[in-house]
Amino acid sequence: MATPLVVSELSKSFTMHLQGGIRLGVVKDVAFSVRAGECAVLGGPSGAGKSSILKMVYGNYCADQGQIIVSHRGKLIDLVTADPRTIMAVRQETIGYVSQFLRVVPRVSALDVVAEPLVETGAALEVARARAAELLSRLNLPERLWGLPPATFSGGEQQRVNDARGFITAHPVLLLDEPTASLDRTNGRVVIDMILEKKQGGTALLGIFHDQEVREAVADTVIDVTAFAPEKAAA
Amino acid sequence: MTDQALLSARSLSKHYGNRIGCTDISFDLWPGEVLAVVGESGSGKTTLLNCLSTRLLPTSGVVSYRMRDGAFRDLYRMSEAERRFLMRTDWGFVHQNPADGLRMTVSAGANVGERLMALGERHYGNIRASATDWLGRVEIAHDRVDDEPRAFSGGMRQRLQIARNLVTGPRLVFMDEPTGGLDVSVQARLLDLLRGLVQEMELAAIVVTHDLAVARLLSHRIMVMKEGRAVESGLTDRVLDDPQAPYTQLLVSSILQV
Repeated sequence: MATPLVVSELSKSFTMHLQGGIRLGVVKDVAFSVRAGECAVLGGPSGAGKSSILKMVYGNYCADQGQIIVSHRGKLIDLVTADPRTIMAVRQETIGYVSQFLRVVPRVSALDVVAEPLVETGAALEVARARAAELLSRLNLPERLWGLPPATFSGGEQQRVNDARGFITAHPVLLLDEPTASLDRTNGRVVIDMILEKKQGGTALLGIFHDQEVREAVADTVIDVTAFAPEKAAA
Repeated sequence: MTDQALLSARSLSKHYGNRIGCTDISFDLWPGEVLAVVGESGSGKTTLLNCLSTRLLPTSGVVSYRMRDGAFRDLYRMSEAERRFLMRTDWGFVHQNPADGLRMTVSAGANVGERLMALGERHYGNIRASATDWLGRVEIAHDRVDDEPRAFSGGMRQRLQIARNLVTGPRLVFMDEPTGGLDVSVQARLLDLLRGLVQEMELAAIVVTHDLAVARLLSHRIMVMKEGRAVESGLTDRVLDDPQAPYTQLLVSSILQV
């Protein structure tokens, strides 16, 4: 089986056209791979470019150069050069993403927010809702909130909705951006268990975790992002 | 997902004398895909939309459309009658001002039923049942079916216009600022409704809007226009979260935070 995710020679900078066109280098020559059943953690201080790497892997940020090779439907696809339609298909079936903050859609209930990625893969609405309910109760989100749009939820409640939404599908690659940042220990522990189950199921996970305890519980390898700092690479 | 586009535009341009309406626009739209065309007023968004929907003759370029029989046809090589049939059945056009897309002095039910009659439906009971069903789907109460849209609020009129367009089961809908001029709460309801219908019916749509939040919520892809040209295009969240073109960066940085 092909390695689910291989990143090489990946570079990213931001050109700020509104600030006279200054260029801010973010990362240079990023290289790593994540095997099935492995959880790789992006490590390094804030501003090192961890989130940018995660966003490039999801196709949310452009890369200046390099390759992000993902195994999608038995074929290898380079996400750096893939067209929007291919990226949409990859997101639907191959790469899942748990973002740090929930982008809420007005009037859609928490239960449906969670069920949506599963419905997109072709599951029946009732099946997807039942699975969403299981995940939300496992994450201790009170049942009286399930029918409400998450816009007015607390940070921790929104994060649990977000986590459930990310874990509901069986995507072979799962990206995690601080999935426990606003959770208490009990719920943090639930998310750790969910990550360990994904690993056992053969999912390749790539994540950012600032919480030491969570990181130690789930990480197989830590990728030191400071090694990809643009100035270092230039030297 | 099918491997063939539904609509393809190649080097589409519209010039008004020496002035550019839009120029050299090319893209493909697939079934079930929503493309947002964004830019400030005067950027050529509406000109482009009208050229794509055969409401305005382009100066040059080609627009082809995959018909229900699978054949690609050049829209500007069709007869006027064929084009009109397409617009009445396989396409919808949602105007910013509902009064432009509705008949204000006939009942809501008749506004929806009229499109069905254009398809050859003659059975009054079927037409009325279909119209009532569609009014329900756009959240207009059943007891308003005999009222004229003149008596409706702006949000209701817009929902009625959507029902009128979707009743024939089109494959492609053009929308020109569909939420323009509505209160934010009414806007949210309309967007949610549109989002659901687009997913459920696997509609392809081209939505012109100056509102980036609307584009984010509704579209898969974005095309950013400035002075008649497409300055950037790509996946919606990519364009909005990591804008590359100077003008897109300006647009994104100009969004007011609530």
